[in-house]
Amino acid sequence: MQFGIFSVGDVTTDPTTGRTPTEHERIKAMVTIALKAEEAGLDVFATGEHHNPPFVPSSPTTMLGYIAARTSRLILSTATTLITTNDPVKIAEDFAMLQHLADGRVDLMLGRGNTAPVYPWFGQDIRNGIHLAIENYHLLHRLWREDVVDWKGSFRTPLEGFTSVPRPLDGVPPFVWHGSIRSPEVAEQAAYYGDGFFANHIFWPKEHFQRLIEFYRQRFEHYGHGSADQAIVGLGGQVFMRKNSQDAISEFRPYFDHAPVYGGGPSLEEFTESTPLTVGSPQQVIDRTLTFREHFGDYQRQLFLMDHAGLPLATVLEQIDMLGEEVVPVLRRELGAMRPAHVPDAPTHASLLAARTATSDDEPAVAR
Amino acid sequence: MTARTIAVVSAGLSTPSASRLLADRLYQATERKLESVSVPASPVVVELRDHARDITNALLTHVPSASLAAALSAVADADGLIAVTPVFNGSYSGLFKMFFDALDPDSMAALAGKPVLAAAAGNSPRHSLVIEHAIRPMFGYLHSVVVPTGVYASAEDWGASTDSDSGSGGADALDERIARAAGELADLIAARPPAASRPADDPYQGFTPFEKLLKG
Repeated sequence: MQFGIFSVGDVTTDPTTGRTPTEHERIKAMVTIALKAEEAGLDVFATGEHHNPPFVPSSPTTMLGYIAARTSRLILSTATTLITTNDPVKIAEDFAMLQHLADGRVDLMLGRGNTAPVYPWFGQDIRNGIHLAIENYHLLHRLWREDVVDWKGSFRTPLEGFTSVPRPLDGVPPFVWHGSIRSPEVAEQAAYYGDGFFANHIFWPKEHFQRLIEFYRQRFEHYGHGSADQAIVGLGGQVFMRKNSQDAISEFRPYFDHAPVYGGGPSLEEFTESTPLTVGSPQQVIDRTLTFREHFGDYQRQLFLMDHAGLPLATVLEQIDMLGEEVVPVLRRELGAMRPAHVPDAPTHASLLAARTATSDDEPAVAR
Repeated sequence: MTARTIAVVSAGLSTPSASRLLADRLYQATERKLESVSVPASPVVVELRDHARDITNALLTHVPSASLAAALSAVADADGLIAVTPVFNGSYSGLFKMFFDALDPDSMAALAGKPVLAAAAGNSPRHSLVIEHAIRPMFGYLHSVVVPTGVYASAEDWGASTDSDSGSGGADALDERIARAAGELADLIAARPPAASRPADDPYQGFTPFEKLLKG
């Protein structure tokens, strides 16, 4: 089971001080947060990708490459890489390069992006979102697996005799997660390729995601990648902790009330009741997170959103320490004890390399 | 005969409100009309005032509360819809519009082809065209089938006619319009298969297999 942090990379005014960090401060803070994640014993740091203010992370592999040089164990990932508006050729090149520099500690999460103007800024149309995601990923998948690619599609200029360089490290492409909050098509896509499916369920009631994840699991089995309970599932979560839950609530409330995503809407109490947001003691976070397994089955990756809504860096670092010291060790133990032996861990470069060596070169992959 | 469900949405703000009064009369008239052709009906009343905060929250967070989700589903799953709004600033009320704005794409799709009776309540009779210029276009966007007769009730429609020469106002004229609109709605509902027997528009049942997605 992998635990980690995912960052949206928003520049938000701290509502308690009125201070807004500069872009430079926010970018450096994201790096500090990633380094803290490794120090606290977490497994993954994932950055968002945005192309409009108030967000800073437009260039994820640049940031992750820098973090790779300053860490030794942390898996570097994204949440999400825009498969719709990025050129799949550039994604293939950038992440293969990152994979070499990070010695394989790389995977990525693909998403469509829901900011309508970003599509035309990159020459696309949001109404083609699903088709872009399907076609672009199919090309990306081939670019990492075939040395020379001839290709023709609807959205990108054709390729004739193209080789994406560098080739993936050890000939093993980075593992891919597909993120979606509502589209069965994306769950179907993840299942078809035997890729991971990440459900960022932090704003929605669980019933919605139970159906989406169950669908992915069934289709994963249908395409012959293993049984439904062996499908690779990741979940989001957002927490704010203090030793006493009342302290957590009173400290977090102004950030909640002014957060761009839910400010002005439901009360903190209503939102914690109806979504996975947990504001309270570490034990409450443990208890709530354990219910995720009850709702969605044994899963492979849990990412927490911690550095948003204008929370000061010092507070975020304290939160990550609490996560690493008091929450994650308990979750690892309890979830590990309940997990059946046939349920796999999330694939890593090492496990994918070992699996490829084991099956050697006689067995064709299920999905090409 | 399979029973039909009619969602009755009232955006009236006071209790009791003229909108709700009108909505109830429209439902009763529709029920009677369906009864006369041996089609039993039952109402699901949605008072938008009860969901006012949840509707705002849903628009901000995209998370409908359980009770709002139930109200939205009641509208999406019904065999017909009676929608009544007060007239504010010459149009439907903000709350009325926000409720329909809070429908998710699947529920919006469920409104396509659904028989709808559009009605409004106001003080002045001069706003009677609000149904034609505001409410009907919204349901047009949703591809609903709005019955030809819209029912507008002004303050004077709840009493005796004030214009006895033309007979255009007053309670008798309102009753007549209610009966005509309800008859049109009942005819449409009775002519369609019951919603309960139509295959649910389930994205997980009707999903597109990947090989087909890949072909575009």
